[in-house]
Amino acid sequence: MATFFQDVYSVWWADLRLLRHLWLRFLITSLVSPLLYLAAFGYGLGRNIEVEGAPYLNFVIPGIIALTAMNTSFNYAGNKLNVDRLFYKSFDELLMAPITGLSLILGKSMIGILRGFVVALLFLLIGAVVTQAQAGPLFLFTLLLTCLTFSFLGIAAALMAKSHQDMATFSSLILLPMTFLGGTFFSVDQLPELMRLFVYIIPVTHASQCLRASFLGNPFPWLSLLVLGGYALVFFAACMQLLRRASV
Amino acid sequence: MIRTEKLTKTYNNFRAVDELDLKVEAGELFGFLGPNGAGKTTTIRMLTTLTRPTGGEAWINEFNVSTQKFRAKQAFGVVQQHVSLDRELTVWESMELHARLHHIARAERRRRISELLDYVDLAGHYRNIVDELSGGMKRRLMIARALLHRPRLLFLDEPTVGLDAQVRRRLWDLIRRMNLDGATVFLTTHYIEEAEALCGRVGIIHQGKLIALDRPQELRRKVGMVAVETVSDGKGSDYRYFADRETAGAYVRTLPREVRTLVMRDSNLEDVFIELTGRKVKE
Ligand SMILES: Nc1ncnc2c1ncn2[C@@H]1O[C@H](COP(=O)(O)OP(=O)(O)O)[C@@H](O)[C@H]1O
Ligand SMILES: [Mg+2]
Repeated sequence: MATFFQDVYSVWWADLRLLRHLWLRFLITSLVSPLLYLAAFGYGLGRNIEVEGAPYLNFVIPGIIALTAMNTSFNYAGNKLNVDRLFYKSFDELLMAPITGLSLILGKSMIGILRGFVVALLFLLIGAVVTQAQAGPLFLFTLLLTCLTFSFLGIAAALMAKSHQDMATFSSLILLPMTFLGGTFFSVDQLPELMRLFVYIIPVTHASQCLRASFLGNPFPWLSLLVLGGYALVFFAACMQLLRRASV
Repeated sequence: MIRTEKLTKTYNNFRAVDELDLKVEAGELFGFLGPNGAGKTTTIRMLTTLTRPTGGEAWINEFNVSTQKFRAKQAFGVVQQHVSLDRELTVWESMELHARLHHIARAERRRRISELLDYVDLAGHYRNIVDELSGGMKRRLMIARALLHRPRLLFLDEPTVGLDAQVRRRLWDLIRRMNLDGATVFLTTHYIEEAEALCGRVGIIHQGKLIALDRPQELRRKVGMVAVETVSDGKGSDYRYFADRETAGAYVRTLPREVRTLVMRDSNLEDVFIELTGRKVKE
């Protein structure tokens, strides 16, 4: 058991070393898009609008947090792994190390979780200042689960990809639509029936719903949290399965 | 130390490695010689658990590479054909990562890393980013890394490709030294000189099949210790092999006038390969 945690940390350790000089740049670059979303949608578009009984600004901030956590975790868990596997071949060294597949997958997800969580927290801080709202433990727990879910998705994508282009394609076809449709910028209740059904299939919707309810002090949608957890498990299982097939 | 039985890898009907039967004993410096595409890397990848065999079986140190991966992994170290370092880490960090993954305790870690960086002449570069190293230095770092967990078996996949002659000689010395220090070495190469200079025993692989397996001296003896190479007008070059200089000399005297160039020399593994396959290793 101790070896298990040690192995997870060892895998994580290499990714952590790379942060050492780059953390400031990382934070600044990662905050660019959420701040732009905040400016364009929060202040530009929705200044005098109320949605679901809350000022639009308060409504949209948890949505932006959800999509930021999603994108950051996905990218940082997935992109480097993709390069390490296909281009640098350093992933082979991890495959040949005497560690279990479980520690390998968890270790590789940690950097995505860390980066996603830190950026989302930072943006939350900004959001809390401008809205005077508060985020409790449930908010943080959902946030963590969101980061975990999309780190796994990033790893699964990286293990599936046969080229760097595949990774970009995956991003445009899966992540980008989720960014805009996942109940992030608008209320899902306003949507036509069929589209609403679609929106409820995508995982980030459930992250937005939970984060928003907790942020606005509304009743917490436990079912959504459960669905999000379900997605985390599915993506994790996909990672394990893909890892088994990683050797060709 | 290594044993394979009918080890096979098929990629959509193409047999990259074809029913390989091989045995390498502890302490050997074994060479796997063959042209590009012969199946050397595929063999190493199967033996190091990276690629799943489609047929046959293989054991490292009596551990089955398919069913006892975990134990097998601890017994070998490997230097892959392509640089497989994390290029953004420093030299020291690359070593430390490997040490951590192999559960080497902290105090021991520091000691062994300094020791090995010394061993491969990289001690002065421990803070350099891997990306800044030359090709030869990267190769030496990979060797040091492969030795870190003290494996009894070392795989070196074309360890000197792309290095200049001087660096190559230094690597040869290093490989001999590691073998003398007790490691069994399995190296692949498509350089004749390398196999001859280093290896106690050589397996020749061609189109996935093992076509010869013996000491270099014995392989040459089977073909003939002396080679006569002739080039004649309109016929291209021709190779003949003889047991000794006398019989070779007798043959030379019978040659007709059209022969333009004639070379008599000791045979080498290239000749063995030509005799067995009808072509040169580097073709
Ligand atoms: N992943 C793969 N998919 C399809 N063919 C492959 C794959 N890997 C290797 N091969 C083929 O198998 C043969 C042997 O390759 P390899 O073992 O790399 O040769 P060597 O190392 O001796 O140069 C080559 O013809 C190569 O094209
Ligand atoms: Mg090769």
